[in-house]
Amino acid sequence: MSEDRKSPPRVALVGNPNSGKTALFNAMTGARQKVANYAGVTVEKKEGLFVSPAGTRVRVMDLPGTYSLRARSPDEEVTRDVVLGRMEGEEVPDAVVFVADATNLRLNLRLALELKKLGRPIILALNMMDAAEKQGLKVDPAELSAELGMPVVPTIAIQTGGIQTLLDQIDRTIQVAELEGWSHNRAECGWSEPSSHDLRDYHREVERVLARAIHSHARPHTATQHLDKVLLMPGIGLPILLAVLFLTFQAVFTWARVPMELLDAGITLLKEGVDLTLPDGPLKSLVIDGIIAGVGSVIIFLPQILVLFFFIQMLEDTGYMARAAFLLDKLMGGVGLHGRAFIPLLSSFACAVPGIMAARTIENRADRIATIMIAPLMTCSARLPVYTLLIAAFIPERPVLGGWINLPGLVMFALYAAGILSGLLVALVMKRTVLKGAREPLLMQLPAYRLPRPRNVALGLLERGQAFLVRAGTTIFTLMVVVWALGSFPAPPDGALEPAIRYSIAGAIGHALEPLLAPIGFNWQIALALVPGMAAREVAVGVLGTIYALSGNGDALRSSLATALAHSWSLPTALSLLAWYVFAPQCLATLSVVRRELNSRFWPLVMFVFLTGLAYGAAFVTYRVAVSVLGG
Amino acid sequence: MSPAPADRSAVNPVLLGSLGKGTRAEIVGLDESRVHTPLKSGELERRLIEMGLVEGAHVEVLHEGFPRRDPIAVRVNDHTVALRRAEADAVLVVALTTMSAV
Repeated sequence: MSEDRKSPPRVALVGNPNSGKTALFNAMTGARQKVANYAGVTVEKKEGLFVSPAGTRVRVMDLPGTYSLRARSPDEEVTRDVVLGRMEGEEVPDAVVFVADATNLRLNLRLALELKKLGRPIILALNMMDAAEKQGLKVDPAELSAELGMPVVPTIAIQTGGIQTLLDQIDRTIQVAELEGWSHNRAECGWSEPSSHDLRDYHREVERVLARAIHSHARPHTATQHLDKVLLMPGIGLPILLAVLFLTFQAVFTWARVPMELLDAGITLLKEGVDLTLPDGPLKSLVIDGIIAGVGSVIIFLPQILVLFFFIQMLEDTGYMARAAFLLDKLMGGVGLHGRAFIPLLSSFACAVPGIMAARTIENRADRIATIMIAPLMTCSARLPVYTLLIAAFIPERPVLGGWINLPGLVMFALYAAGILSGLLVALVMKRTVLKGAREPLLMQLPAYRLPRPRNVALGLLERGQAFLVRAGTTIFTLMVVVWALGSFPAPPDGALEPAIRYSIAGAIGHALEPLLAPIGFNWQIALALVPGMAAREVAVGVLGTIYALSGNGDALRSSLATALAHSWSLPTALSLLAWYVFAPQCLATLSVVRRELNSRFWPLVMFVFLTGLAYGAAFVTYRVAVSVLGG
Repeated sequence: MSPAPADRSAVNPVLLGSLGKGTRAEIVGLDESRVHTPLKSGELERRLIEMGLVEGAHVEVLHEGFPRRDPIAVRVNDHTVALRRAEADAVLVVALTTMSAV
C-alpha cells in the first residue's frame, strides 16, 4: 500500500437482506455501476462510482446481504472476506456503511455491533426512515450515535436528496480516516467468529442501546399483516401462487414473441448483408454459419430472459418471493428440495443457464447440487423449435377431450409434464442416495411488502441482460466457433453429392454414433444433427434442414422441413426423438455453467452421463412401445 | 431485557414447533440437541439467535404452511420469520395467551 493513494477511496455497503441496501446503492451510483465476478468464486461483485459533495470520486461496493459475518453461503463468505480484507485482489474498504432497515432495528443492529469489532470506520445508515416514521418509530439519531459509537444518518434511498446527509458523512469519515492513517494498522481488527454466548451479549447490548435511543418502536406494517392473512393461507395462497407462476410463464412466451421475431429478422438481415459483402469461402461460412447463426440462436432468447427476470425482480422487490418459498417449502421438501429451489427451476423454463446461476441463493451445497442437476429437465425454450417442428410433422390436428384442447397441444403439455415429473423423481432419488442428509433449515425473514421502484427494477434488468450478453459473447461464442469448425472441416471432395456436413468431422461423429442410436430408431441424419445440436438445441433444426437439402429460413424452413420429415421418418422415430429431447443434455452452455457454478469437473460429467442415460432409456422405451403398437 | 417473571418459572416450557396458529409465547431457552440437522453443532442455535429467536423475545405463530401445518411463520418482536417446525423445536417457550382467547 502506497502512502499517496492514487485509486479513489472505497466504501463497502453491508447489511441484512431486505434492508434496502441495493436501493441505496442504486441511489448513490445511478447507472454508473458494473457487475463482475470476484476472482475464483462465482459470486457477483457489484461496484459503482459516485462523486461526493466534496468532489471526491468514491468507489462503492454492494456486498451480498447477510445476518452475520459468520459466512453460511458463498455469497456471505464474500461479504466477510471483503470487510476483513481477506479477499484476494481486493483492497480493504476505507469505510463500511452499515445499512439498517429502520423499521426493524432490533434485528438489524446486532450485525452493526459485530462490524464495529473490525476496528474500521463505520457509518450507520438508518434506511427506509420514511416507512419507519409512518409506522410510528421515534428515534434519536444523536443518542443512537453516542450509544453505538458510530455516526448515524437517516436515509431514504428512494427519495431524491434522501441520501445527501449520508454522502456528506462519507466525506467526513474518509477525511478523518486518511488523517489518522488507520489503514496501515490492521492489527486493530478484533473480530473473531462469535459464539452463541457472544451473540447473546450483542443482543443484550442492542436492547440496552434501543432502550436509550428509541422513544417509540415502529408498529408492524398493517398492510403486510392483512395481505399475509390471505396470501399465506394455504387454501387461497397456493392457488394464487400457481396463478402468478402461470402468468409469468405465459408472459415469457407471449410478451417476448414480437421482440424475438424482430431479433430473428435482424439476424437474417445481418446474414444477408454479410452474404453480399464477403467473398465465398471459409471466412464467410465462419461468420454466417458459425458466429451469426450460432450466437444469434442464443441471443434470440434475450427478450424471454428479460421478461422472466422482470417478473422475478418484481416478486423479489415486493417481498412475495419469500412467501412463495414459504408456501412451497413443505411440498418441495417431499422430494428433498429446498423452498428456495423454485426460483431457479422457474427460470429454467426460459433457459437453464440463468436458472442454474439463480441457484446461488441456496446455502447448502447438497441442496444446491440437487437443484442444479434437475434444472435442465425443466423444458427450456430452446427445445420449443424442435418440439414445434416434430409436432407439426407428425401429430395431426385433432380435437381431444371433447374439443377443449387439440392433440398437438396435449402432446406439448405432455412433454413439459414429463420433464417436470422426471425432474422431481431425479431429485428424490439423488437426495435419498448421493446427496443424502437432512435439508438445510429454512430460517428466512418474511419482509414487509413494498411497492417495487421502477428505477430499481430497470437497473436489475439491465444487469441481468448484460450478464447474459457477456456469456453469449464469450463462452457461447467460443463453443459456436468450435462446433462450426467440426461441421465444416474437412471440406467435401469435388463433385460431392451429399450435403457438405456429411464429410466433416461432425459427419464422422454422426456416423460413428449411428449404430449406437439405431436401437432407439434414429437414422444417420438425426445422429448427425445431434452433434452441432450440442451448441444449442435448436441448431439441430437448421442442420436437419441442410441435410434434407432445403433452403429458406425460420417458418418457411420449418413447414417445408416438416413435410419432408413426415415423408421420410416413421412415427416411432419422431416420438423417440421427442422423448430424447425431453432429457438429453444437448447444450454445452448448460454444462459449462454447471462447471463454473459448482467449480467442479465432476458434476457436469455426472449431469451429462445421467441425462444421456435417461434420454437413451426414454427414447428406447418410446420407440419400442411405439413400434409394437403402431408397427415399424 | 425482560426478566422471567416468577409466576412463569413454575410452568413447564413447551417447544415452539408444537404451537398452533395464534398462540403467543415467550422464549425461555434454546436447545438444539433434540433437532436433527446437517449443520455443525452450535450452528442452529447461533442462526436462531441471529434471526432474533433469543431468550426474552415474544413470539406468535401467525401462519401455517401446507401440508401438515408446516412450515410456520412466527412474529418475533417486530419482524416475521419463517421456519420449519422441526427446527422450531430447538426453541423452548412458555405460552402467554392465545389469540382466540382474547
